[in-house]
This record gives sequence, structure tokens and C-alpha cells, in this order.
Amino acid sequence: MLQAADWSIMALSLKVAMAAVLGALPPACALAWLLSRVRFPGKVLLDALVHLPLVTPPVVVGWLLLGLLGPAAPAGRWLEAALGLELMFRWTGAAVAAGVMALPLMVRSMRLSFDGVDQRLENAARSLGASPVRVFWSVSVPLAAPGVLAALVLGFARALGEFGATIAFVSNIPGETRTLSLAIYSALQTPGGEGTATRLAVLSLLVSLAALIGSEAMVRKGRRHAS
Amino acid sequence: MRLEADVSVASGEGLFAARFRIDQPLCVVTGASGAGKTTLLHMIAGLRRPDRGYIRLNGVTLFDSDAGINLAPERRAIGCVFQDDRLFPHMDVRTNLLFGRDDRRSIEAAAEFDQVVDALDLGGLLRRRPASLSGGEKRRAALARALLQRPARLLLLDEPLTGLDAARREAALGLIERRRDQTGTGMFYVTHQTPEVRRLGGAHLRVGPDGAGIASAQVGLAVGGINTPLPRLFAVT
Repeated sequence: MLQAADWSIMALSLKVAMAAVLGALPPACALAWLLSRVRFPGKVLLDALVHLPLVTPPVVVGWLLLGLLGPAAPAGRWLEAALGLELMFRWTGAAVAAGVMALPLMVRSMRLSFDGVDQRLENAARSLGASPVRVFWSVSVPLAAPGVLAALVLGFARALGEFGATIAFVSNIPGETRTLSLAIYSALQTPGGEGTATRLAVLSLLVSLAALIGSEAMVRKGRRHAS
Repeated sequence: MRLEADVSVASGEGLFAARFRIDQPLCVVTGASGAGKTTLLHMIAGLRRPDRGYIRLNGVTLFDSDAGINLAPERRAIGCVFQDDRLFPHMDVRTNLLFGRDDRRSIEAAAEFDQVVDALDLGGLLRRRPASLSGGEKRRAALARALLQRPARLLLLDEPLTGLDAARREAALGLIERRRDQTGTGMFYVTHQTPEVRRLGGAHLRVGPDGAGIASAQVGLAVGGINTPLPRLFAVT
């Protein structure tokens, strides 16, 4: 049976994954839009940068985050001083690592659905006097909704399973950065930890399955809504 | 309406060029399919950027390649009935009709809404999604949306009566004529129907290959690339 400790690991993982996806959503949306609709110099480079976490070993991404947002880096110091956002050895840092790893998948999914939005409808909205911002929110986003939902689910699944970047960036601290994957890893490293590892593994399978089924239901509902 | 234009744009295989001046409340645009009528309308609306030239409407420069002016479509105050309707599929007909209104809660807007909806017989369709409408129903909704938008400067109508039966044609034409007579909004009206041309009057712009010896006005489509001499176009008043 599940124990209290398992539940708290689960709760922490869900918190980290949700924060990661919600935090990554606005930049992912903006990047997807930019890559889908705007022509600008350096677009190829930006595209490559966005996709970097997808092809780089996650540990390297964690190491880069340490260099960019760690206590020794100006950006890290600024975040802490200006926003009071402490990342090192904190769940917030785990969320940043998971968000960065989820970003490329979210951008890809949303970009494809923005590509699929009929630009003639966006033009019609503009000829009806709508500003580009209003066109975006009232026409483009609703029509791209299935892709945005898919991006949320994909990003959530990726964030929930994050391991390498997290452990390299914010270490493996119980109750703070030890999410499901890290807890399973730690249990496997501990003599007699097989039982814990099995329980957590089954738990993570169930969560992933629930997320997939939930997303499918949402996408179907969205399609019905859109047609 | 005073519309002056001298524009050219690469279009498919050839070059589409137009030069004209219109001083009439309404201008009927005719020409064979593919001659460039829709291209011309889209350039005026700001949805297609001419390669060079200028477009001026009532003294306001909408586009000028030399001066680097290209007013955004939403700032041109030009409404469109598109050939392909372009109703928003995720909104019901009512929301579509009100999309271009920023005063949708005012009494005036409500009265006008009822009047247009009644005239175009859209009352029973307001809660439906565009996907469930017939071709003629979509056409009427697209026309209603553009009329309700009340664009300040110009209304571009690209074959607005296609797919409408005789009675509804009559009702829609009546609405368009009333709008023409009661407001200062200019109109560009694309049609293939001779009776409509005769009835609406105003200026007449023929879009077609150059050198056909057409009297009155014409907008030319020069095929064969940049080296082809630009077609001669005439002022219409």
C-alpha cells in the first residue's frame, strides 16, 4: 500500500510539474507564434535554441542552468534580489529545470497548430477592426486550442518525468527537489528500497495514464466545441 | 468616396497593375474570373501588399511605397464581404455578426442589429455555428457582419449575392442601396451580374487584360512579366 511519504513525493512532483508547465506556457506560446508567423533575421538560430533541450543530454541543460541562474551568475542573483525567487536546492529550481525541458515539446505542438490556423480568418478579423492582440486571443488561440491543450499535456508529462536537468541543477533533496523520478532513483540506490521503487513506479505509471486519458477527452471536447 | 490608386503587384505568372481615380459613392467592379478583382480588393483592404505604388482614400494615404506607408488593415476603416465568407467557425452567428462592433451594447447597435438580421432573414440562425449553415446562409451572415461593422470609409463587397435566391437578393440589394444612400461610406462592388451593374450605377471598373479597347475605365492585368508595358488606365468620375 502507499505510504504517507509516497503521497508527499507525489504531491511535490505534481506541484513542480504544474508550475513548470504554467511557467513555460506564456514563453512557449509567444515562441510558437513567432516561429509560425513572423519572418525575422536569426529565426533559424532561435528555432535551434528552442529545440536544444530536446537533443542535448538533460544533465548538460542542468549544468547550463547552474551556470546561468546559479548563485554565482548575475541572472540568479537578480532573481533572488528583485523577485525573492530562490532557485538553488528549492522546488522552484526543480520547476525551472522541468519547464526548460518541457519548453521545446510545447513550442512544437503549439507551432503546428498555429500553422494550421487559417490566416484568411485572421485577416478577416483585422478587416473587422480587430487589433493584432485581439485577433490573437479571439481567433488564433481558440482555433489552435486543441494544439495548446496537447502542448500542456505533453509538457506536463515531460516535466513529471524530468530527471537529469533537475538533479544537476538543484540536486536531490527530500521534500524539496526529490520528485518521483529522483525518489525512484534514490530508492533503487538504497538497500531494501525495491518496495518503495515499485510503489512509486506504479504511481507514476498511473498518473501518466490519467494525464493521457484526460488530455484525449479534453481534445475531443475542444474539437466538438470548435466545429 | 474618392479613391485614387496606382499600384502593381506580381501575381502568379504575371504582373497585375491598376491605375484609377474614382469620385463616386459606389463603384461596380467587373471582369472575368482570375482577372485580378479580388487581388485589387485585398490591396485596398490592406490584406495584400502591392509591390509599388500608392492608394489614397478620401485624402488619406493607405499605402505609399515611396513614402514607406502601409496602414494596417484594422486602421483603414474598410470592411469586407469576402468571396469565401470567412465566418469564424468557433463562434455562433450572433457573435460573428457583432465581431466588428465595439459599441455592441448600445441601443443604436441593438436596433441596427435587429434591422439587418430581419432584412437578411437571419433570426433563426443566430445560435448556429457557421459549419451548420448552407452556402446562401453563410453568404447572408457574411454580408450582415460587414454591414453591421459600419466601416467608416469603404465597404468592399466581393460578389455578395452569390447563392441567394431572388427574394433575398432583392432584400440584400435594398440594404446595400440604403447604406449607400444614407451614409458616406463608399462601396466597391464586385459582380458578374449585368442587372446588378445596371441597377447600382455609379462608377464602373472593368478588370481585364490590357489593350482590349474597352471604353470607360479598366484595370489591367498584364501577363508576361515586368517587361510588358503597364496597361493604360483611366479616371472614372
